[in-house]
Amino acid sequence: MTTVEDATALLHPPVKRSILDRPRSTTGAWSWFTTVDHKKIAIMYGATAMFFFLVGGIEALMIRLQLAQPNGTILSAARYNEFFTMHGTTMVFLMGMPLAAAFGNYFLPLMIGARDVAFPRLNMFGYWVFLLGGAFIYSSFVLGGAPDGGWFGYAPLTSTPMSQGFLPGRGADFWAVGLIMLGIGSVATAVNFIVTALNMRAPGMTMMKMPVFVWMMLVVAFLTLFAMPPLTAALIQVFMDRNFHTNFFNAAAGGDPLLYQNLFWIFGHPEVYILILPGMAIVSEILPVFSRKPLFGYSVVVFSGIAIGFLGWGVWAHHMFATGIGPIATSAFSLSTMLIAIPTGVKIFNWLATVWGGSVRLRTPMLFALGFIAQFTIGGLSGVLHSIVPADTQQTDTYFVVAHFHYVLFGGLVFAIFGGIYYWYPKIFGKLLNEKLGKLNFWLMVIGFNLTFFPMHFLGMEGEPRRTYTYPNGMGWGTLNLMATIGAFIIAAGVAVFLVNVIFTAIRGERAPEDPWDARTLEWLTSSPPPEYNFAEIPVVTARDEFWHRKYTEDDEGRLVKLPPSDASRIPARHDPSEPHGIHMPSPSYWPFVVALGLPIIGYGFVFKLWWLLAIGVVILLFGINAWTSEPATEETH
Amino acid sequence: MAQTEISPVEPETLVPFEEDHARQTNTGVSNNKLAIWVFIASESLFFGAFLATYFLYRGRDAQFLKGPTPSQLLNIPFTSVTSFMLLMSSLSMVLALAAIQRGDHRRFRIWLLATVIFGMSFIGGQVYEFTEFYREGLHLSTNMFGTTFYVLTGLHGTHVVVGIVWLMSIWIRSMQGKIGAERHEAVEIAGLYWHFVDVVWIVIFTAVYLIPQH
Repeated sequence: MTTVEDATALLHPPVKRSILDRPRSTTGAWSWFTTVDHKKIAIMYGATAMFFFLVGGIEALMIRLQLAQPNGTILSAARYNEFFTMHGTTMVFLMGMPLAAAFGNYFLPLMIGARDVAFPRLNMFGYWVFLLGGAFIYSSFVLGGAPDGGWFGYAPLTSTPMSQGFLPGRGADFWAVGLIMLGIGSVATAVNFIVTALNMRAPGMTMMKMPVFVWMMLVVAFLTLFAMPPLTAALIQVFMDRNFHTNFFNAAAGGDPLLYQNLFWIFGHPEVYILILPGMAIVSEILPVFSRKPLFGYSVVVFSGIAIGFLGWGVWAHHMFATGIGPIATSAFSLSTMLIAIPTGVKIFNWLATVWGGSVRLRTPMLFALGFIAQFTIGGLSGVLHSIVPADTQQTDTYFVVAHFHYVLFGGLVFAIFGGIYYWYPKIFGKLLNEKLGKLNFWLMVIGFNLTFFPMHFLGMEGEPRRTYTYPNGMGWGTLNLMATIGAFIIAAGVAVFLVNVIFTAIRGERAPEDPWDARTLEWLTSSPPPEYNFAEIPVVTARDEFWHRKYTEDDEGRLVKLPPSDASRIPARHDPSEPHGIHMPSPSYWPFVVALGLPIIGYGFVFKLWWLLAIGVVILLFGINAWTSEPATEETH
Repeated sequence: MAQTEISPVEPETLVPFEEDHARQTNTGVSNNKLAIWVFIASESLFFGAFLATYFLYRGRDAQFLKGPTPSQLLNIPFTSVTSFMLLMSSLSMVLALAAIQRGDHRRFRIWLLATVIFGMSFIGGQVYEFTEFYREGLHLSTNMFGTTFYVLTGLHGTHVVVGIVWLMSIWIRSMQGKIGAERHEAVEIAGLYWHFVDVVWIVIFTAVYLIPQH
């Protein structure tokens, strides 16, 4: 692009520019600040979320060090509360959801043959809100105490005013305002993904030809769209109770603390699927490629995903079985929780049937995908145990629950994410990650993960409570806790190997072939990394696994036959930036950042009750929105 | 983005990104309009959560005997008048959209301004109502009615204010000649938001004012 502009500069004398002129450059460091390219935004999402993954991981290691033996003294009780609260908040809102947004951003448009998402600037806005929202919550560590009421922030613990409260610092205020902010960004991204998937598919790509990845991201977007508002409502009520003396959760005035739990889990349980469905989406792409078979029962997998999305709204009270909501409610929610195991089980069998009889290649992405299936199944089974009310009452608030959801979210989601990174790294950066280091990474994580979390099942059965900063001698919990701590450090070693692999590949890695895995979906039908406009010519889709069908066909006996290379299956040569392509892409913009910047300023205004600061934030916000809506998405040709 | 002079590509492929996609969406609905519908769906759950809260706490104050009760405070004839104004604003919004679709800029601006004035009257009524209730002793902390009433109607009022600012920015841009008839969809989208906020008020008005309580 630069060269094109240079050439134009020779034809036209440069126009005088001011600082508020629209940014133009699509290369160089500054372009990352103003970009609206979904691929660059995805990389920024991914890098930022991996940073928060490390931060949350360090918090987890501190927690494990504290619990390694009875009467630990590494963390004070107050610091422990901050760390387990921020570990959960970070891993859910600053690691899990943004990493899903990273994969969705990069591959949703590519897989449906689109040039970008529907609203490129809104996309960038979502990223800035995530980054600034994360920084806002973490700034609490130096501005009056980090959140320490748990990632779920139960009222009235969090909602009682600071002066008479159970939580002395401003942590709960930062937590409530920060999560409202992150919710705004998530809803913006969800709207963007929904419109993109529904409206911008390549010609011929009907809904039932969409890759499962796109389907699952669509379901996730709908879940996010509807799950965030109840959370926002609950957080506003907590914040009002704390700071403006409303009585939402004040039992003395007629308020009902259970309202908070209902609102929170109406968000919180769909949130579980918001986190795990992207993992299922990634795995559903990896397994067929490395088994060289189409996904078994495509439509059943799609409908199971939709069913999980629907049923996910009817199970929230299984988080509240111990609160005394009555036998009818508990029975109903117990049944609906058992019901949701059906579509989940269907998916597991479909994945197994995909691998069954395939010519399986055990490369690193495949290892992570298989690890996902095994560990997610264990987590799913312990989840079914929680649907049985008497068992759940016994397990509530013990380490059994910690074991359960880490099997789903770490053994499931995080393994799928690592698999996805290994699978798509050559697509995104044009280089293959080192296979030996990849396998070492995988095995360290499998061993470390199971060593950390499997003993927690037993600890929970023996009654060790969650969220408690230490335990006395003589409970018999010391050995298993020490095992878990050792396991946590083995996980950390696995993550370190991953980072070494990334650095090693950046320095020494060789160019990957254009289609290193013999893949099936459209994102591989363009060069790696793809040009800014993704496809010079939008592909016309005739089949599921379009790219595969352009490479292979079947003979009369159903055997796979490789087609001779043709124009249809040819991957375009790597993009030459000086080559004029005549495709108008959305222009870079400052305004998504300016609008997003208004939000944390408003947030600080609320937390510290500095109304002038709040007013400044509102002015910045309005100024940014005005400028945003005044500029066209694509600048006219000069 | 200055490739025209040196680009060998056919002119018809030189379509700006957003028009490219506005012309050929899979659903036939433009991206912007689909987005506002999806956003409205999300907002419905936001108000749904606060309405659920209101209904949960409705009538719980009787046992506490604290502060003025809803029946002592609510002035139904007054709020009916401001509610009627808000409903009329939806009518003027429809007329404004019809005018811009015809290319009648003068009537478009008049009806848009009428919508803004109706909306402002509603907000004026709400400000009056809030001050009056406060004077009569209903604070956020007084009882559950104070808590739920102010927050529910206040959040709705905030949405109306956002709508007023939105419509006014369209009006100013129209005066600057920036809203041509071909941009009627931008007006329609603001209108969809405005109608939604109206519909929410019908629900809130019914829930808070019309269903009898002590």
